[in-house]
Amino acid sequence: MKTSNPLWRDRLIGKMPEALASELDIFEAEINLRKMGKLDERVFMETRLRRGAYGQRYDNGERHDGKKVQKMAYPRPELTKGPNTLWDAPGMQRIKIPGGGLNAAQLETLADLAEEYSDGIAHITTRQDVQLHYVHIEDTPTIMRRLAAVNITTREACGNSVRNVTTCPYAGVCPDEVFDVTPYTKALSRFLLGHPDTQNFGRKFKPALSGCSQHACALVNLHDLGLIAATRTENGVEKRGFAVYVGGGLGAVPYQAKLLDPFVPLEEILPLAQAISRVFARLGEKKNRNRARMKFLVQDLGIEKFRELVQEERKALEPDPRWTTYIREAEQYREEPLRPAGRLPEGGSPEFQQWFRTNVRRQRQEGYVVATVTLPLGDITARQLRALADIVRRFTNETVRTTVEQNFVIRWVSESDLPELYEALQAAGLGAPGAGSIVDIVSCPGTDTCKLGISSSRGLAAELRKRLAEKSFQMDEAVKNLHIKISGCFNSCGQHHLADLGFYGVSRKMAGLAVPHFQVVLGGEWEHNAGSYGLPVAAVPSKNIPEVVVRLTERYVADRRSGESFKDFIKRIGKGEIKKLLEDLTRPPADQRDRSFFRDWGDPREYTLDDMGIGECAGEVISSSDFDLAAAERQLFEAQVALEKGEIEKAGRTAYQSMLSAAKALVKTELESVPNDPDRIVGEFRKRFYDTQKFFDPYAGGKFAQYLFGAHEKAGQPYTEDSARFLIDEAQLFIDACHNYSSRAEALITG
Amino acid sequence: MELQHVNVKLWLENSRPTDLEPLIQIFHGWIQAQGWDELLLDVADYRHVPAGPGVIVIGLEANYSVDNTGNHLGVRYNRKAAVEGSNQDRLKQATIAALNACRRFESDPRLDSKFRFNGRDIEIFINDRLLAPNTPATREAFQPELTEFLAKLFAGGEYSLFYEEEPRNLFGVTVRSARLFSSDELLKNLAS
Repeated sequence: MKTSNPLWRDRLIGKMPEALASELDIFEAEINLRKMGKLDERVFMETRLRRGAYGQRYDNGERHDGKKVQKMAYPRPELTKGPNTLWDAPGMQRIKIPGGGLNAAQLETLADLAEEYSDGIAHITTRQDVQLHYVHIEDTPTIMRRLAAVNITTREACGNSVRNVTTCPYAGVCPDEVFDVTPYTKALSRFLLGHPDTQNFGRKFKPALSGCSQHACALVNLHDLGLIAATRTENGVEKRGFAVYVGGGLGAVPYQAKLLDPFVPLEEILPLAQAISRVFARLGEKKNRNRARMKFLVQDLGIEKFRELVQEERKALEPDPRWTTYIREAEQYREEPLRPAGRLPEGGSPEFQQWFRTNVRRQRQEGYVVATVTLPLGDITARQLRALADIVRRFTNETVRTTVEQNFVIRWVSESDLPELYEALQAAGLGAPGAGSIVDIVSCPGTDTCKLGISSSRGLAAELRKRLAEKSFQMDEAVKNLHIKISGCFNSCGQHHLADLGFYGVSRKMAGLAVPHFQVVLGGEWEHNAGSYGLPVAAVPSKNIPEVVVRLTERYVADRRSGESFKDFIKRIGKGEIKKLLEDLTRPPADQRDRSFFRDWGDPREYTLDDMGIGECAGEVISSSDFDLAAAERQLFEAQVALEKGEIEKAGRTAYQSMLSAAKALVKTELESVPNDPDRIVGEFRKRFYDTQKFFDPYAGGKFAQYLFGAHEKAGQPYTEDSARFLIDEAQLFIDACHNYSSRAEALITG
Repeated sequence: MELQHVNVKLWLENSRPTDLEPLIQIFHGWIQAQGWDELLLDVADYRHVPAGPGVIVIGLEANYSVDNTGNHLGVRYNRKAAVEGSNQDRLKQATIAALNACRRFESDPRLDSKFRFNGRDIEIFINDRLLAPNTPATREAFQPELTEFLAKLFAGGEYSLFYEEEPRNLFGVTVRSARLFSSDELLKNLAS
């Protein structure tokens, strides 16, 4: 699309690493082949994904404009960049930033690219990547070349590959870390990038490194491969290594990573990662994407068997000098300050003091601090990126890191420079306080740009941020430090499972209309590298979520015990009490003439297709199928309460029952007299909704139905705490999918 | 020098922070109606970003927005697709598009006259660093094109030029007319 695209290649020859330049020439050739119809669209899709060029909402050429589904009149509707993905529809470019580390020149390049090829905004993701939205596929080779010229690759940023290696952004300066994991992040990232043993995965593979186990910064427990720094003394000599975890993951059903080995010495880290990759490539699911993440492989095999397979694979590996050549350099790695250590001058404005309290933390190196640059919803403008480049040049050795909370951190700031740094950040609109607090809300792109979004996570995040920021001065300290995380759907890109207050988008029918909702997920633990995951408690209409936050936080302030965390508070008062607290918010308003309730945040379009009518609830007909779905919700809630009480068997059985009720609800729409026999319900469901693919989610396919089949197959077997918990999560998703199907089916009938 | 990807931003009367929320509905309406030369695709809401791109209707060939970059609120037309013809044609095309968008805002009762062109300040910039790096050489090459275009736009009226001095920012100039013009007048000048 850019006129200058052909000129950039020549301009940058000699400025890019040769191998990368050659890869990008190949990618550009593949684009041309696809345009000529000489490359299959599926092959091209995986090719571009492996270069970080991802799809975006409405790229199938259809968009619901608030009145009807509109066919977008693209100039080349016959040309696709993947199945059902039109060539000219804008997409998203993900840019891998290992460990979130960027220098000033890289910030400036990102600024230029955001301005010239996107909408002027660079978006920081929950995995320390940078994303540009609304990018045309034909601009991507130039974008990649310009990135390559500053030593950034987008290779394997998406697709079934090793994704960005994330790391604690305080590595090297954190007072509690065992050692600085930065050089090991770089080594692992380099080693796995394009490695032949990582090219045949059934799904993505996400690694993370942390310098300690107690903080949240790298969220190791939710990763496919997680490394936590550890040391061991051998013959009086302290040796560095890592505790290695595998099989963690969020997604629809979250899994905590399992400990593979409590101490792996440095020289074994890369070969171990290679061996794990080989096991995953060999035995990981390939056909069913919904079971293809490593967490399922570890769960299915059991950690002991998985460990055994990895050890066998390790023994069979041909030695590679890269396993150890990096170690000497890594051990000598030091990040140096630009300015001498100093002391914070006395005084400062109230604004500075407020920012200092929330956004500054002391380094382990005396006289230096880390300053957090809070980005609203992870967004930063091109001009702000340039200002940030100037700031890091002025105060540090030109480095900055992105965080999983969608912010930047500036490290190695001399304390005496803080007032000047604050002034510079303020001038660039980057001096907002509240880092890591309740106003620093994490959100995935949701319905704004993501194809999978169900509700507007960014719209809700912006609204909550606005409301909470207004009140933040008067907030109780205990509330100020809570975390809110929002995902637009069950896939958890907003990491809602880890938050004190988590939300993920679902849709529900109310008064005969589809209404955007969020599942409220409570009790997650952000600390301890994502120590535990929250559980859904209720689906609440989007427009009532701010009130959910108010009620829960007020109740916490009023009833918490001394020093009690929000997670412990939620556990103590129990789900029954919470349900009572939120019960009225789950219902539609009595006066439904105000249509805004049925729309999503920041989106004036009606959420449903074209059948919304004012006050139609008066004539609403509740079918017996709707009653069965409500029963399913009730049973699921009972299962959650049972799990909370430690009644594992009951929790598992009731969750399974809730799935049967939901399945029966759908079967009833076609077969009024469905018997109450689980085999018949599941059989009829399979025949009528799965085999016909009617139940298939547009993107997740038959995944949710498979949860039902799996639960039915295992019915009667004893439940463990883990299996009951997974089943509850799966039941919630299955019921959500039944609601979605029901809304879709109704829209088809009335549309 | 080939000028492509011309951007034009018309500064608004009210440069103070204004509630941009009504624009979201208006832009969705534009997508529904598709009554523009460009294919309009989606709405991007960046109201939460200080001095940011504001609210944008994303198009295939161009974006329209009410943009607050540099803390100057303005109606911006960002041409993404190449435009055939001469440089004068391209400058004219982008300026007309921005003016037409501005007229729509000015006449939309939902906006209560809060989005009106200030009658004098127009930013023109080129969103392509390779075609138009922000250097003195570009300025020199651009000057005759600009002079010719502005003579037509302001019907020979006087104006001042303020070039973008920060070399990393896009090459651009803010033109300040000596007298006030309405968007209708400017459109008429360009049509003549």
